[in-house]
Amino acid sequence: MKNEQKRLPVFERSLLIAACRGAITKLLPQNQWHNPVMFVVYLGSILTTLLWLQSLSGAGDDSSGFILSIAAWLWFTVLFANFAEALAEGRSRAQAASLRKMKQQTPAKVLKEPHYGAAWTQMDSSTLHKTMVVLVEAGDLIPLDGTVIEGIASVDESAITGESTPVIREAGGDFSSVTGGTRVLSDWLVVEITVNPGESFIDRMISMVESAQRRKTPNEVALAILLVGLTLLFLLVIVTLSSFSTFSVAISGAGSPVSITVLIALLVCLIPTTIGGLLSAIGVAGMSRMMAANVIATSGRAIEAAGDVDVLLLDKTGTITLGNRHASHLWSAPDIQQSEFVKAAWLASVADETPEGRSIVLLAEQQNYLSEHDTDRLHEYFVPFTAQTRMSGIDLPDGRIIRKGAADAIRKHVEELGGQLPQALQIRIDEVSRRGSTPLVVSVGNIVLGVIELKDVVKPGIKERFIELRNMGIKTVMITGDNPLTAAAIAAEAGVDDFLAEARPEDKLQMIRDYQAQGRLVAMTGDGTNDAPALAQADVALAMNSGTQAAKEAGNMVDLDNNPTKLIEVVEVGKQMLMTRGALTTFSLANDIAKYFAIIPAAFIATYPQLSSLNFMHLGSPKSAILSAVIFNALIIIALVPLALRGVTYKAIGATALLNRNLLIYGLGGIIAPFIGIKLIDMLLTATGLY
Amino acid sequence: MLITIAKFAVVLALMTGLAVIMGMYLARVFNLGSHSLAERQTYRLLGIDASTEMSWSHYALALLMSNAVMMLLGYALLRLQTWLPWNDLNIAAQTPDLAFNTAASFITNTNWQAYSGETSLSNFSQMAVITFLMFVGSTSGIVAAAGFMRGMSRSSAQAIGNFWVDFTRTTYRVMLPLSFVMALLYIWQGIPQTLDSSAVVSTLEGAKQQLIVGAVASLESIKHIGTNGGGFFSMNAAHPFENPTPLTNLLHILSMLLIPAALTYTFGSMLMKRKQGWVFFGTFLVLFIGFLALTYHAEQTGNPLLSALGADQSVNSLQGGGNLEGKELRFGIADTSLFVTTTTGATTGSVNAMHDSLTPLGGLVALAQMMLNCVFGGDGVGLINLIQYAILTVFFVGMMIGRSPEFLGKKIEAKEIKLVMLSVLAHPLCVLGFTALATVWPGTLDSLNNLGPHGFSELLYAYTSGTANNGSAFAGFNANTPFFNTTIGLAMLLGRFFTMLPLLAVAGSLAAKKTLSESAGTVPTATPLFMFLVVFIILVVGGLTFLPALALGPLVEQLLMLSGQTF
Repeated sequence: MKNEQKRLPVFERSLLIAACRGAITKLLPQNQWHNPVMFVVYLGSILTTLLWLQSLSGAGDDSSGFILSIAAWLWFTVLFANFAEALAEGRSRAQAASLRKMKQQTPAKVLKEPHYGAAWTQMDSSTLHKTMVVLVEAGDLIPLDGTVIEGIASVDESAITGESTPVIREAGGDFSSVTGGTRVLSDWLVVEITVNPGESFIDRMISMVESAQRRKTPNEVALAILLVGLTLLFLLVIVTLSSFSTFSVAISGAGSPVSITVLIALLVCLIPTTIGGLLSAIGVAGMSRMMAANVIATSGRAIEAAGDVDVLLLDKTGTITLGNRHASHLWSAPDIQQSEFVKAAWLASVADETPEGRSIVLLAEQQNYLSEHDTDRLHEYFVPFTAQTRMSGIDLPDGRIIRKGAADAIRKHVEELGGQLPQALQIRIDEVSRRGSTPLVVSVGNIVLGVIELKDVVKPGIKERFIELRNMGIKTVMITGDNPLTAAAIAAEAGVDDFLAEARPEDKLQMIRDYQAQGRLVAMTGDGTNDAPALAQADVALAMNSGTQAAKEAGNMVDLDNNPTKLIEVVEVGKQMLMTRGALTTFSLANDIAKYFAIIPAAFIATYPQLSSLNFMHLGSPKSAILSAVIFNALIIIALVPLALRGVTYKAIGATALLNRNLLIYGLGGIIAPFIGIKLIDMLLTATGLY
Repeated sequence: MLITIAKFAVVLALMTGLAVIMGMYLARVFNLGSHSLAERQTYRLLGIDASTEMSWSHYALALLMSNAVMMLLGYALLRLQTWLPWNDLNIAAQTPDLAFNTAASFITNTNWQAYSGETSLSNFSQMAVITFLMFVGSTSGIVAAAGFMRGMSRSSAQAIGNFWVDFTRTTYRVMLPLSFVMALLYIWQGIPQTLDSSAVVSTLEGAKQQLIVGAVASLESIKHIGTNGGGFFSMNAAHPFENPTPLTNLLHILSMLLIPAALTYTFGSMLMKRKQGWVFFGTFLVLFIGFLALTYHAEQTGNPLLSALGADQSVNSLQGGGNLEGKELRFGIADTSLFVTTTTGATTGSVNAMHDSLTPLGGLVALAQMMLNCVFGGDGVGLINLIQYAILTVFFVGMMIGRSPEFLGKKIEAKEIKLVMLSVLAHPLCVLGFTALATVWPGTLDSLNNLGPHGFSELLYAYTSGTANNGSAFAGFNANTPFFNTTIGLAMLLGRFFTMLPLLAVAGSLAAKKTLSESAGTVPTATPLFMFLVVFIILVVGGLTFLPALALGPLVEQLLMLSGQTF
């Protein structure tokens, strides 16, 4: 399902038909009420229809054919706006439908007691609730989101991530959370359910997509208020205009007042129907675009905040550099045999299952210094890496304590045991660091044996992305546990603006706070439980789906593909959504100028014929002028539907250039387009000879 | 023509220079940490704790309540005029509706005069009500701007300053000394300043003539410094005792523009964003120059119908030419146009010509400037109105760069937009709403001096002038009826406080927000482009709102005149 929705064409046939149907059903007053701008048009349509019925009896407000045409086009205006909204919702629903396929009823084995081997009863996943414990065995679907409390298993999460490689899920640590709807491939897991039915991850996702009445984002609310304000303003203009017109007729003793039909037409043309009709579609489309990128935002607010971000904290590994480092060199210390060092390096890593560890083992084995070992037994002596010691290694039964870790960690370690880090090796360490590689120092007891060089590979194309980000005014900060020298080298190679070396989770949190205190909005990615405080503090926090439940709860977006680089796309989608809104608002307002020049002379010509000199568009007749403006006003909504759904193209060229560009297209374009459009429609109408 | 342009340029250059000096001084006054002896005594006398600061709502409440009390006082004095001293001419008390209108007019810095000063006010009332309220009204505007700017300059703060301190300081350090100096200058130029009510002089024919005099110079100084505009005489600044020489005419113009222009500099200075201050100054200036050019062109061209009848309206060495109806010959077209543009731009309302007699296009400019209400604008409120449009501009165009809108590092959100829209709506609601009410009011036609579109213009002008707190009028219109006194009085109060208070709330809300740092991704607001965008938004929003009304008034009148019909 990963890429299925991405290339969904704007006007997909099946969706079009559904949207047309939706446009009609949305005509019910309760559906119209929530959009005040369109509600005014809706009332206008009803009123003109009534005026038309009245005119049939001969005592009309205007000629009945004219009223009918205006009424019809006002109804079209309402329908077109409904259509845009229905289409956007339809596209979202199509996305949701494919997600819902995953959410079948799943049988669950509920354990009587929360450990493996206890008796279980079969229940349906829909009857599960929080804190229940279930057993999931090879071949079973995980019924609901939960945390592994016992066991280790490989899980196929492709239903969520689209990634076919199975992932390991185990109790404790950062890989303990499992998602409902994914399948266990081998072994078994005891899972404590952490959500109630209907609240699971996919549930939330689907409900968010499906709810047409989604919560409005802060900016959307502000814009809606502006639009209501403008609508009231024009309502005031039109209402007072009708009495001004009557008064003018009285004091000039000539002509006739403006008809109600014309006033309604003028009102509808002036109120911001273009943006009013498309606003909700833009929001839904923004959400859809996020989903097409396999990112679920817990709220529209988060997407909007993404557009505002000006600092990106990016973890080096996986975001800036390709997944994992690999050992590229084994540099022994002076006076130490290469074979001795290689053996120690191998021993220190043989039980280390991390990719780095495996790459060290591989490199050591290639150097042909090793004899056979009983690798199975060695696992028992393994000392895993901890954030406190920042070392890992092995305590052999013969009393040898082998450690590998960052230079300063090992230095501290050997100094505690009465040894020291040789000066010559320090030079080597610095050299390795300067190359942007990570030096991993190996010691046996209090003797330092040498340095393993771990090479980082910067992701191709990432440098260009950072240049783009800089142009957008976004600062990039690389977060890494590496020492400052290594970090500086990689930072330079990748082209980030700043870096935080030897970062601990609390440093990350502090850094976010510092940036926020400077008045910046910070975005970051994270997956571990120790990232949670920082994720919660950041303005935009993209958690990886593979991460812990804590991380996902702390973040406001989850990436199903577990690709931290996606943060950049998230920012772009946020910006695109805001730009689309801004562009259409400006366009809508700019349109009014031409509509005034079409309608004002036409409306008052009956009272003051001299006002016809304002009709510099030379529109055929007052009636054709007014009708042309109304028709243009309706058609422009349909014409802009693709733009609203696809979004205005974002270009990373800096705010000033972007402003100039968009002002030219949507501002100036918005002024000019209706002059041309209305004139063309008027020519057509005049050609028919009806007006 | 060239001389005229040079003259305009010199005046505007002088104005700019003075604005910078005054702007710096105002910033110092608003930011000062210490209090002078007189100020300390005042605080002690009134029981004010000068060290505490107020939230926006307290600040606004203090402004509103103090203004209400002063207005009530003014109303009482006008009603009790007959029992009060210095009423040598035994002038009767004002009627309730007129006294309401007058008190509302002067507390709101409007200075709409439904009465004529010579026959309706005693010398005591001129000083204790008119001149006094002129100080209160204009100072309140400046103080509102001080609180507004302070709010905008702060980050994560609850308070926007102490209203009483700002008010005392502005009065003692700005308004009183400035008015004193100006009054002396005016006396030197021949403007009367006396407690006598009249002077009897012999005319050239030997007849005796009674001339009304009084404390004119002191009223004249605050009238222009405070963008007030209410004249001592009904003729206002066209009267030789109010505006005797070309120098006083120039001083009037410079006084009117001084504080509104200076506040842009003060804004830049208080927010440490000087360029932004200049951009706002530029916005004012661009609009002003555009409208000045229109007025001058319209008035100098004169009435084409007269030309058709053989009258020579051209400029030559023997005459100034142009439309001289209702103008003082001693000022001529250029000085009158400059005065008209200034007084309606800076919403003063003082006049040195009869606006009713301007060409339709000239009258349209006067109307349009009051409708926009931010071509320099009144003391304090002009800047506040401009920033309201700047916030609107940021909201319209800001999103197009892909960020939610922010202005000077503050996010513009629902709350701000709600308040800004309230203010944006209040102004046309009063102008158009009350005009519409008047058009259906049965007695309206009796008050009109003219029929046709000009009659409508008179009506529209009255409510526009009231709402914009300008105070000038199309003179033919009889506004002294209970209906007009009441409705115009309400328009003045609503027009002033429904723009001032919501924007103080905006300042309070922005002060509470964190100031975001600027980056390459922020919409730049201190640029010429932004200046033109603000001008554009002002013209578009204002134009869309008022164009239909203008079309039925001056616009169609101009077109009718071109086709040979006048009113």
